[in-house]
Amino acid sequence: MNSYDIVIVGGGPAGLAAASAARDAGCERILILERDRELGGILNQCIHNGFGLHTFKEELTGPEYAARFIDKVLEKHIEYKLNTMVMDIAPDKTVTAMNRTDGMFSIKAKAVILAMGCRERPRGALNIPGFRPAGIYSAGTAQRLVNIDGYMPGKRIVILGSGDIGLIMARRMTLEGAKVLCVAELMPYSGGLKRNIVQCLNDYDIPLLLSHTVVDIQGKERVEGVTIAKVDSSSKPIPGTEIHYDCDTLMLSTGLIPENELSRSAGIDINPVTSGPFVSENFETSIPGVFACGNVLHVHDLVDYVSEEAGRAGQSAAAYAAGHAKHTENADIRVKTGPGVRYTVPTTIDTVRMADKTIVRFRVTQVYKDQYINVYINGTRIQHKKKRIMAPGEMEQVILNKTQLAEYPNAELTIAIEPEQA
Amino acid sequence: MKDIVIIGAGVTGCAVARELSRYGADICVLERSEDVCCGTSKANSGIVHAGFDAAIGSNKARFNVEGSAMMPDLARDLDIPFKRNGALVICTDETFRSGLDELLERGKRNGVNNIRIVEREELRRMESHISEKAVAALYAPDSGIICPFKLTIALAENANVNGVEFKFDTEVRDIRRDSDGIYHIQTNAGELTARCVVNAAGIYAADLHNKVSAHKLHITPRRGEYCLLDKAAGKHVSCTIFPQPTKMGKGILVTPTIHGNLMVGPTAEDIDDPESTATTRAGLDKVLSGAAQNVSGVPLRQVITSFAGLRAHEDGHDFIIGEPEDAPNFIDCAGIESPGLTSAPAIGRHVAQMLRDKLGLSEKTNWIGTRKDVVCTSELSPEAHNALIQKNPAYGTIICRCESVTEGEILDAIHRPLGARSLDGVKRRTRAGMGRCQAGFCMHRVMAILHRELGIPMEELTKSGGKSTLVTEQE
Amino acid sequence: METKELTCIGCPMGCQITVTMENGAVVSVAGNSCKIGDTYARKEVICPMRIVTSTVRVVNDPSDLKKDPVKVPVKTSADIPKSAIFDVMDVIHKTCAKAPVKIGDIIVENVANTGVNIIATKDYPGK
Repeated sequence: MNSYDIVIVGGGPAGLAAASAARDAGCERILILERDRELGGILNQCIHNGFGLHTFKEELTGPEYAARFIDKVLEKHIEYKLNTMVMDIAPDKTVTAMNRTDGMFSIKAKAVILAMGCRERPRGALNIPGFRPAGIYSAGTAQRLVNIDGYMPGKRIVILGSGDIGLIMARRMTLEGAKVLCVAELMPYSGGLKRNIVQCLNDYDIPLLLSHTVVDIQGKERVEGVTIAKVDSSSKPIPGTEIHYDCDTLMLSTGLIPENELSRSAGIDINPVTSGPFVSENFETSIPGVFACGNVLHVHDLVDYVSEEAGRAGQSAAAYAAGHAKHTENADIRVKTGPGVRYTVPTTIDTVRMADKTIVRFRVTQVYKDQYINVYINGTRIQHKKKRIMAPGEMEQVILNKTQLAEYPNAELTIAIEPEQA
Repeated sequence: MKDIVIIGAGVTGCAVARELSRYGADICVLERSEDVCCGTSKANSGIVHAGFDAAIGSNKARFNVEGSAMMPDLARDLDIPFKRNGALVICTDETFRSGLDELLERGKRNGVNNIRIVEREELRRMESHISEKAVAALYAPDSGIICPFKLTIALAENANVNGVEFKFDTEVRDIRRDSDGIYHIQTNAGELTARCVVNAAGIYAADLHNKVSAHKLHITPRRGEYCLLDKAAGKHVSCTIFPQPTKMGKGILVTPTIHGNLMVGPTAEDIDDPESTATTRAGLDKVLSGAAQNVSGVPLRQVITSFAGLRAHEDGHDFIIGEPEDAPNFIDCAGIESPGLTSAPAIGRHVAQMLRDKLGLSEKTNWIGTRKDVVCTSELSPEAHNALIQKNPAYGTIICRCESVTEGEILDAIHRPLGARSLDGVKRRTRAGMGRCQAGFCMHRVMAILHRELGIPMEELTKSGGKSTLVTEQE
Repeated sequence: METKELTCIGCPMGCQITVTMENGAVVSVAGNSCKIGDTYARKEVICPMRIVTSTVRVVNDPSDLKKDPVKVPVKTSADIPKSAIFDVMDVIHKTCAKAPVKIGDIIVENVANTGVNIIATKDYPGK
């Protein structure tokens, strides 16, 4: 059996950044396994601009952003296999994969980095009534068809869900000559970034219908129309508010789910809130030596954060493969969600192993204006920071100092969104 | 002129076709859709019923019990999965216990083996998620699960290999019998003549029957809505769990499918429109609440798709099998609702034997009774899968990641007899697109393969034939 | 005096900016939390500018246009007036590049007289 120091599952932005950082940390034998025909992952179909403002201080398109990291991987002569699907990850870090030329093969890894990304929530999960004709696409599938395969999924389009991919596709379809009739969003706020609402909807006079959902799909063979209705505060459609749209396409942009089939079958503990693995501050999952980063860990708003986290995961994996940086007993701080915080990554911090600073990223449960991010350790407030606006669609973070945390081994750290007088 | 024209390539029509293919005759199947198994046969529970539910002495009882008995050998010969997972009819109220006894008695009279009443304690040992309210159940260990697509496709393929012709996208518009007793069948693709006709037209069987017979039939489309859950929920129950039956049918069941998903449904709603396979909010809500009646903790958040099917309910509540007095050589297979899937092999055999006797057909010496299904690589050992990849590298490329379907399997599905020509055709033969992402990942990959292999322009590829095109050209 | 409400697109913060104008000239900008917001708002109210991204057809053999479309992603090398977006798209739709294409290659010069080029954002080595 072949053996590697680190096997990375997925050659998208997370896998590429992890590989590059692991090599910089001195790791020699690294292998990336990518199921698609090229490296870069989903960025290849994200041809719009807006990537890399944090990382490169310039606005790149998805393929350009990917190319920067692909170039690094090539320069560093990191091995990779394309068109290769990982079929199984055993708890002992034997990775089984398959492709046309090698057949089914197994690799023994000292460390494994999970970087499989995420997938879109399908229609079934929404349980929208109506027919099941052709013309219902998840926004990402439509994006792939338009941007890579060069075909149009339809000409008159209704989009359900105001996630960023849906917003981006509203503009993209408009530029390609389609008519986007509206974007309906179940929640009273958009799941997408402000800039995308401005640049993708407002620029093209595409209405955004908040607190609306699709209640019927017409057309037996191909979509012929959809009915949209307003919903009440418990997301139930309000009778009498139905609006009919003649359209040939319904596009769904209703959320992303980390793709953790392999992690689950390996026995890795999954956080039911993120659908990604529970990890410690070094991105290690519940199986020692298996790390997770990128959208397989939690769905990110910006690829810059994916690259940054993946870099740290790559360093951690390199350290693990080299036999360093083992977990310290009784040194963990458990990170808990307080009011207004939906989840945190990581959920534990090893106060001995951690670097001088560690970033905890999280998402809030609703839109908050002029509220405070408070951090408590065992009930003592150690951070207090005002934010003008926080929304579920955008990630928030707090930076924790080692010197401060070291005073509280075995403690509980809570992040909460609160008004001034909490 | 054809010896026999079979109208409808659902499970009944295909079962008749396969049984008839044993004999030397010129046989043709007409199907209005682009593939087999596109009507009632594609949207049902996939249950091989034991046969305790049907009225004593009815066609339903007879063909159910016969069909169920035929299924193991048939599944083996056609290389399709079949499992006797058992069924439980749950009684949640002591006052209705007599209903279970009635079912038991009816089952015994119908010739169902091994059925018995299980009490609360045993029931809970058998199924840990049975509702707290359950007091007893009728247990039918011979009840089974099968894939309706695989069964229908396998029957059709086997019939085709044995010489039966299939004409797809061919809709029967009219049918009449001339003074010589020859049937003239008008279709959108021209006229055919036939000495005998088998009417297996599902929801439309009464319409066809009524064109040649004065003894009118009336079929009501009875809509049933279903939810299919992720494989992660597939072991929630091991038996098929029924409520006690009502006059509208067997009620909302909870069952594992042969492929390892969990399925919940159907509703039963009589409607007017024979085309309305749309799900409804009320129907889906009824399915989800119905699931909770007898089974606790069904993980409803794991629904991956929902769908509706139409059962062909005849006013007499029974299958109509045979020749109307005033239309010789016109054989009805009408009113085939549940347990139609189970009964199909027996109906097929019965109808084929009728026609054999009528036309004096003789058995072929070269009839091939077996076929091999598309290989399912996800069920192979790594060694066996590797051996397959060595022979054909296409088996090393995953196209559908949810169901682990390889390119090799899809190529086989396209190029075998009566091969797939649409996304749904590929899906029904290989399960590509049937998993939790519902084709989000594999759709464009399958389209590219269909385009490449069949030379169909991308803009003309369909989800399921007709106008169900998928993409248009960019400017 | 008139005011215009804008959502800044300079970064994911999405600051709500109020621009006060008089006789077509900006008097003041408020609500932004950094310089990017100020610059964006001043530009946005006078002449809104956008980067346009799309794909262009690429052929390996110009005599064989009927082949399956190969598309290469492109963008405007700088932002262009918002009002020119559809003019730029018209040019993009009519453009057919010849393989191979390198990232950064100029595909169209001075697209729709904007003074900006269309450049490739991905390599396509050709067949």
